[in-house]
Amino acid sequence: MQKTITCIECPAGCTLAVDYEGCIVQRVSGEKCPKGAEYAKNEIQNPQRILTTAVLCDGLEVKMLAVRTDKPIPKQKLFEAMEAVRTIRVNAPVKAGETIVKDLLGLGADLVATRTAARQEKQI
Amino acid sequence: MTGPMIERELVIVGGGPAGMAAALAAHGQGVRDILLIERDQFLGGILNQCVHTGFGLTYFKEVLTGPEYADRFVTKINSTPAIETSLRTFAVALSRTKVLTVIKPGRLQNIAARALIMATGCREKTREMIHIPGTRPAGIFPAGLAQKLINVEGLLPGNEVVIVGSGDIGLIMARRFTLEGAKVRAVIEIESASRGLVRNLTQCVYDFDIPVYFNHMISRIHGKDRVEKVEVVKVDGQRRPIPGSKFELSCDTLLVSVGLIPENELIEMAGVRLDEKTNSPVSEAPNTTAIPGLFVCGNAYKVYDVADSVTADSQLCGRLAAEYLLKIQGDSFRPLSPLEKPCKRR
Repeated sequence: MQKTITCIECPAGCTLAVDYEGCIVQRVSGEKCPKGAEYAKNEIQNPQRILTTAVLCDGLEVKMLAVRTDKPIPKQKLFEAMEAVRTIRVNAPVKAGETIVKDLLGLGADLVATRTAARQEKQI
Repeated sequence: MTGPMIERELVIVGGGPAGMAAALAAHGQGVRDILLIERDQFLGGILNQCVHTGFGLTYFKEVLTGPEYADRFVTKINSTPAIETSLRTFAVALSRTKVLTVIKPGRLQNIAARALIMATGCREKTREMIHIPGTRPAGIFPAGLAQKLINVEGLLPGNEVVIVGSGDIGLIMARRFTLEGAKVRAVIEIESASRGLVRNLTQCVYDFDIPVYFNHMISRIHGKDRVEKVEVVKVDGQRRPIPGSKFELSCDTLLVSVGLIPENELIEMAGVRLDEKTNSPVSEAPNTTAIPGLFVCGNAYKVYDVADSVTADSQLCGRLAAEYLLKIQGDSFRPLSPLEKPCKRR
């Protein structure tokens, strides 16, 4: 079988022609760098995406804390992961890169803060 | 002019990716008196609301989110004592002689800058600028504003969304709204191809089976208090509506993602001529203006696709400003008369 997909690894967005049988990729063409072939392989076998969103804070200098999964998670788990993220409240100061939830939904990826947020100070 | 006057070697307006890169680059070239002005309570600018990945691939050779990309620069700025950061400080006026008037909590201040870099970013085009007929109900947002409402304010602006224009922010918001549980009905693009990056079309729109209508435009907005529906029509190569092609989409929210324009109000106030079409300063060399020592960088100079390009552009600009300061070092720095007034706004 052949399929045309767009590589999302970088802004170049190469159009990849992928020959595959079942979920085994036999040939990839059209990529401008080695990331293309790797992306095509994953996309056919198990499409994955990094989840980026924001979680509600309490008593911090920001109302929402930007977060991401530190690794890509299966695409079909994105909505389930969002459900889990919606229940989180962050009420202690965090540093960028700090883990908010370890092993989110048992998917092997941690939910981490992407920014630093201190406790809220009274403003003039 | 009222308020006290202070003198600074290099003043940079805007603490986003452009301003931070320019400040660090100028410092790298030996400038030791730098004032970085930011109107928000944080450095980072628009990066703070860009929670998605796609930043840093060129500059850091890593996949970063907007806040992470910002954080790399904020850390450097904060550990560079020669760069003073002034947060919650809003530049309101600029004179031809590079006197910048700013307001900050509790005071107004005039700053005479030997060199000045404007890193003021860009603004989103609005519904009015693309002339969509119809009513003027609530529920029409520039895509970036909706992004701020969701990612910074924690507010979901609507439940049934149509996006007009396929700019990157609109595409990214298609995914963001979908993940937050809203229904994105369609992306409507008048051109025959996406204006945004194809990877955003793939991972933000096609990934969620959101229909994209190329060669289509919104011909009317309906709704009394809130948007109720939009009329969509197919257009030909000359962007003329094709009779009989009209259909309706019900929605409570319309996102406008039809491009960005450099924000250059202050330099215009100082007398710099702007290109009518692009809103960039008219000048002989990149990042410069007709006023010696007044520079413009990042998206204020020209709208870039990715933040990494903004960083590269602004580093060059920071070096240009440093070169300028070195060149005029021989000349005596004459403080400006305290009586001088900034140019009136037109």
